[in-house]
Amino acid sequence: MSIRFNFGGDEHIFGEVSEEMSLTSFFTGLSMTNAVRTAGIRGVTEICPANASFQIRFNPDIVKPQDLLSELKSMEEAASKADPVLKTRIIELPVYFQDPWTRETCLRFRERHQDPSSTDLEYSARINGYATVEEFIAAYSGQPWFVSMVGFVAGLPFLYQMVERKKQIQAPKYLRPRTDTPKLTIGHGGCFAAIYSVRGAGGYQMYGITPAPIYDPTRKVRYLSDDMCLFKPGDIVKFKAIGRDDYDATLEEIEANRWQPTVRDCTFSLKDFNSDIYGTNAKLMELINGR
Amino acid sequence: MAVKVISPGLSTSVQDLGRPGHYHVGIPEGGGMDRFATRIANLLVGNDPDAAVLEATFMGPELEFTQSAIIAVTGGDLPPKLNGEERPTWESFPVKAGDRLSFGFLKGGARAYLAVSGGIDVPVVLGSRSTYILGALGGHQGRTLKAGDELPVGEGSGKAGLSLPANLRRARSSLAELRMLPGMYWHRITEAAGNRFFEETWKVAPEADRIGYRFRGGTALEFVEREQPFGAGSDPSNIVDACYPYGSVQVPSGTEPIVLHRDAVSGGGYMMLGVVISADMDLIAQLQPHTPARFVPVTLEDALAARTEQRAALARAEGHLAG
Repeated sequence: MSIRFNFGGDEHIFGEVSEEMSLTSFFTGLSMTNAVRTAGIRGVTEICPANASFQIRFNPDIVKPQDLLSELKSMEEAASKADPVLKTRIIELPVYFQDPWTRETCLRFRERHQDPSSTDLEYSARINGYATVEEFIAAYSGQPWFVSMVGFVAGLPFLYQMVERKKQIQAPKYLRPRTDTPKLTIGHGGCFAAIYSVRGAGGYQMYGITPAPIYDPTRKVRYLSDDMCLFKPGDIVKFKAIGRDDYDATLEEIEANRWQPTVRDCTFSLKDFNSDIYGTNAKLMELINGR
Repeated sequence: MAVKVISPGLSTSVQDLGRPGHYHVGIPEGGGMDRFATRIANLLVGNDPDAAVLEATFMGPELEFTQSAIIAVTGGDLPPKLNGEERPTWESFPVKAGDRLSFGFLKGGARAYLAVSGGIDVPVVLGSRSTYILGALGGHQGRTLKAGDELPVGEGSGKAGLSLPANLRRARSSLAELRMLPGMYWHRITEAAGNRFFEETWKVAPEADRIGYRFRGGTALEFVEREQPFGAGSDPSNIVDACYPYGSVQVPSGTEPIVLHRDAVSGGGYMMLGVVISADMDLIAQLQPHTPARFVPVTLEDALAARTEQRAALARAEGHLAG
């Protein structure tokens, strides 16, 4: 596999690891951006990993574009050979699926949807071969997800589920984007989940809502006082399905600024994962469930 | 010292030269969309070039000063009026306590920059005072100004009567030529579609803000047929969500190009045809809706030469102001 490099104007280099999404491509991109960060190249101003690609921004008055490109190419072999072992963390995020707020929004924009007679959850469950919405939610929250990119707007994570390709949940975006999405909605488009960090327009199918803020520009939320964005590319996220009572109780704790998500340090090996997906995931999930 | 907002104008926000370094978590660089005008407004009133100014879009605010200061307005042709009396743009002049600054109708360009000696002194967030409206971050309470706001101003020491002559500013033309380096996902469209994209004249759409500028009026793109890659989405303009460069030209559904600007969304799932060169970003900031525009293909060498030329123009202006 060879990275397709491209100049994005005079200030960016874009590297596409592959056209299609895969965990292997994501890891190659992450290895590349980690290598660039470690190299501390003068003139590099932004290092952005994405799902199956990455982007480096630079100041061409400080580093010549061709020199930077050569340097990136020299890192490629090491990045794609590196046994992808990542020191990262697993974060448990409570999610209230089938909540009244995304449901209300979903009904308000029905005429923009592929199937106006179903809810987003009913539609997505059906096209992914699940008999019921409950089974769909069990699959959604049963296995962990990788944060494969953070962006679009501040702190919004794109998540890719850690299951084999044939089990990947896929759903089209709305035919025409909505003008409104509740803050902290769990949405899904293509093969990616996303968590809307702010209220606003959106085209992803809406499944639920988390009580936990993931972006706080005021840094008042206790676990967002250092980094105003909760998620970083490479984080692992496990959704925990909760009901209305748990949602309300958690929200109360958050408002009193007493709550914080369960976060555990962990190591992830792509090789181990590929040889035993569910065994690897089970070990990761033990970290948050075991005490 | 403070500036009181009597009326906010259409969309007025605090901006400086931006906050690079957080694009990987979706926080854009931001800052004055017209960097040249932002820098020069500051220099005219004796500030550092990266002090915070007010960026007013299409329509100016009405403001009252609580103390004497030196101020200057640059950028678009939005004539300032002090207590109802017109004052020149690109020139520093004094104001005193109780004076009111308003603006006449926009005569050219799209955005005006108001610098006050001492700089607008809102809190620094992630290294900048710029307002990132979508993320409710920085500036004055993370939003555009409202009537009744009061903005603190730092200690300054500018002098009145300093000006930048017209020959040292960027000339404006009736047709915007946006130089762009083709690339990124250019291979997704047919050769005929690529040729047409550069030949046709587009028009700035009303959807033109700090995030990006949309263009209309050209022919829809024809895509090279392919089976969509896993995870990309079903529309031929979809890609597996990737980073968006500043200045990148995305074409959702192949119909209307959008050029991302200083408050860019940092990534998404639409293919890009290339990136407008850094030297032409200021030009976009001054385009009004309905302005005719063309995309002009250039090479990386051309882009770097244009950048050098732009730096030289800034140096000439700075040299003039330094006397």
